[in-house]
Amino acid sequence: MSAHSPLSSAGAKQAEAAGKLGHKRPSWYLRLKSWWNDRSRWQQWLLLLVVVILAYLLPVINPPLITTEPSNDFAISCFNMALYGLVALGLNVVVGQAGLLDLGYIGFFAVGAYTASLWTSPDSPLVHIPYLWTLPLAMIVTVVFGIALGIPTLRLRGDYLAIVTLGFGEIIRLLATIIPVLKGNTGFQNIGRPPGEIDGSPIFSASNGLPWYWFTVTVIVIVMILLGNLERSRVGRAWFAIREDEDAAEIMGVPTFRFKLAAFGTGAALGGLSGALLAGQVGFVNNQKFDVPTSILFLAAVILGGQGNKLGVVIGGAIVAYVPLRFTALGGWKFLIFGVVLVLLMIFRSQGLFGKKPKLLTYTARIRRKVKHEASPEPGDPPHEATASATDRSGIDENTDRSGIDENTDDGDEGGRA
Amino acid sequence: MNADANLTEVAPERDIAVAEGDTLVKVKDLSVVFGGLTALDSVSFDIRRGEILGLIGPNGAGKTTCFNAMTGVYKPSQGSVMLEGHSLLGLKKHRITRLGLARTFQNIRLFGEMTALENVAVGLDARHKSGMISAMLRTPRHYREEKQIITRGMELLEFVGIADRALDRAKDLPYGYQRRLEIARALATDPKLLCLDEPAAGFNPAEKEELMELIHTVRDEGYTILLIEHDMKLVMGVTDRIVVLEFGKKIADDIPSAIREDPAVIAAYLGQEEPDATA
Ligand SMILES: Nc1ncnc2c1ncn2[C@@H]1O[C@H](COP(=O)(O)OP(=O)(O)O)[C@@H](O)[C@H]1O
Ligand SMILES: [Mg+2]
Repeated sequence: MSAHSPLSSAGAKQAEAAGKLGHKRPSWYLRLKSWWNDRSRWQQWLLLLVVVILAYLLPVINPPLITTEPSNDFAISCFNMALYGLVALGLNVVVGQAGLLDLGYIGFFAVGAYTASLWTSPDSPLVHIPYLWTLPLAMIVTVVFGIALGIPTLRLRGDYLAIVTLGFGEIIRLLATIIPVLKGNTGFQNIGRPPGEIDGSPIFSASNGLPWYWFTVTVIVIVMILLGNLERSRVGRAWFAIREDEDAAEIMGVPTFRFKLAAFGTGAALGGLSGALLAGQVGFVNNQKFDVPTSILFLAAVILGGQGNKLGVVIGGAIVAYVPLRFTALGGWKFLIFGVVLVLLMIFRSQGLFGKKPKLLTYTARIRRKVKHEASPEPGDPPHEATASATDRSGIDENTDRSGIDENTDDGDEGGRA
Repeated sequence: MNADANLTEVAPERDIAVAEGDTLVKVKDLSVVFGGLTALDSVSFDIRRGEILGLIGPNGAGKTTCFNAMTGVYKPSQGSVMLEGHSLLGLKKHRITRLGLARTFQNIRLFGEMTALENVAVGLDARHKSGMISAMLRTPRHYREEKQIITRGMELLEFVGIADRALDRAKDLPYGYQRRLEIARALATDPKLLCLDEPAAGFNPAEKEELMELIHTVRDEGYTILLIEHDMKLVMGVTDRIVVLEFGKKIADDIPSAIREDPAVIAAYLGQEEPDATA
């Protein structure tokens, strides 16, 4: 907030002007934004459709230079990128939307992977169910874990929450080692896969990344639509308000604890889903995959992509997965490189690559038309009295068009629904 | 002229159990202690439905503390707060708000990155019921509530006179707009009692006048208001009754004309005249 202390209004106006100049947005970004805003609704949808189709075709096109081959199969690399995208999408709900620093997100990922293993692998003594059923099951189990972790910890703030979640991630990893049923380092083999065969060989196999990639991208698209619906609703507003000022949110009637728990649960479910997908694709799970550095990498994906921007964090996740696969020579240097990149990013672009404030109302586009209309009344159209006299107050007229290029970009989803 | 601006009607939409003029909120023997400091010392007063009650006193008298104790921010060490005969003590802050006690903050606490309209939407959501499922699957209720946000939300912004910047980030708004947005956001929760904590702080005299007119209009719409203000001259004009605090104790409780003559009040305010006129 800019004006804490009692300022005279003149001072406030100065501060405001400074604030406007202080927006360091690269010009290409603003130009792209206003260009996008000038497209009509169907043009925007068409463009998005093209982008989605291109995303689906990426492993088929296998573009030279971009490809991760020969060191890594490109389709499988694409699957990993998509998987990290999905993880980032889930973690973004917790960190980006509700502002809760979760360092142990890997724990949910692990719980999801183990859920898929326990109910499908021949190494497990449990009853076996079809693999696809383990996806919703993994989500349910992780939500239970998320709520069990959330109820005692979400009363904590900031640093404390970060430390406790960090501990949670480690506890899950250690449990995988200690509890005999989870088979420690030996792990589970031949974990289930979605049904379907072509010429006697399964469509979904560990060596063929393509169907896994398409499946995951489809999941991402569905999840993004649902999360978008959440964002532009009471839930999304509550999360954003909590992130901005938790006490003020509570005093304005937001049941903050309940909504923080909802964010935690949603994030956990998506982490669990991702874990189950990884278990299915690789076909093998043991206790070596769920370490703290990977958890931090997930967080890096969210921060890199831009907290709060769904598509941004998916891209962030993809980048974080892609770089070590493409540049295998990096090896153990990858953490150093990500670290340096993140530090530079925080200095020069602290909102992340694609950080932007999400829209929080279902009818933003409609209201924008209304406000624009009233702020610049056409001849013969009597101005609304209230707005007109409010406009008399100094320094407002210059802003009639601002909403068009301001924070709220894509009108994409007015009435957008699953 | 601000009075002309308020053509929109934003009358409360809810039923209130007590009749016009009857006691809506009862504060009884309320005390708040910080460490060794008794910031509020056994303060009692009633707020009647439909009135503007002024809560005045020099800086540090305990006015904000009284608000905080009423709205659940501080836990009083003693005493009770009753809304329509029901005790508010021990309730969660968001419950108290939804039961009908809304407030603004002396030091503005808007959600800075949200637009003005979104800020109001958070207030309106206090009366909404949509949860995860309803929002994700976009049930009719969700759409109904979202539509209410743009109709009533814009009405409220128009009412306080800032509708032209509904889509600007709260932190980009001029100071005066931010103060008004705080009022709109609190009104959005559809309060039975609206508590305003120095809503005109940092305003010049003309702006203060304008704001007091707005507060009057809010009352005329049917709201009950508890107004904190330490500028005594200003409150005289708008309030129906005034409670005066000094060092955490209530020293007077009367109609403005009587407060003006009250020797204890005059003593408390001696040398305090217009302390922030130059701020
Ligand atoms: N959270 C707190 N902790 C300790 N002391 C406080 C706190 N809040 C207020 N006080 C003290 O209580 C007294 C009353 O403060 P306050 O209610 O803010 O006064 P007013 O709003 O009338 O100016 C002051 O002496 C102040 O320093
Ligand atoms: Mg105060």
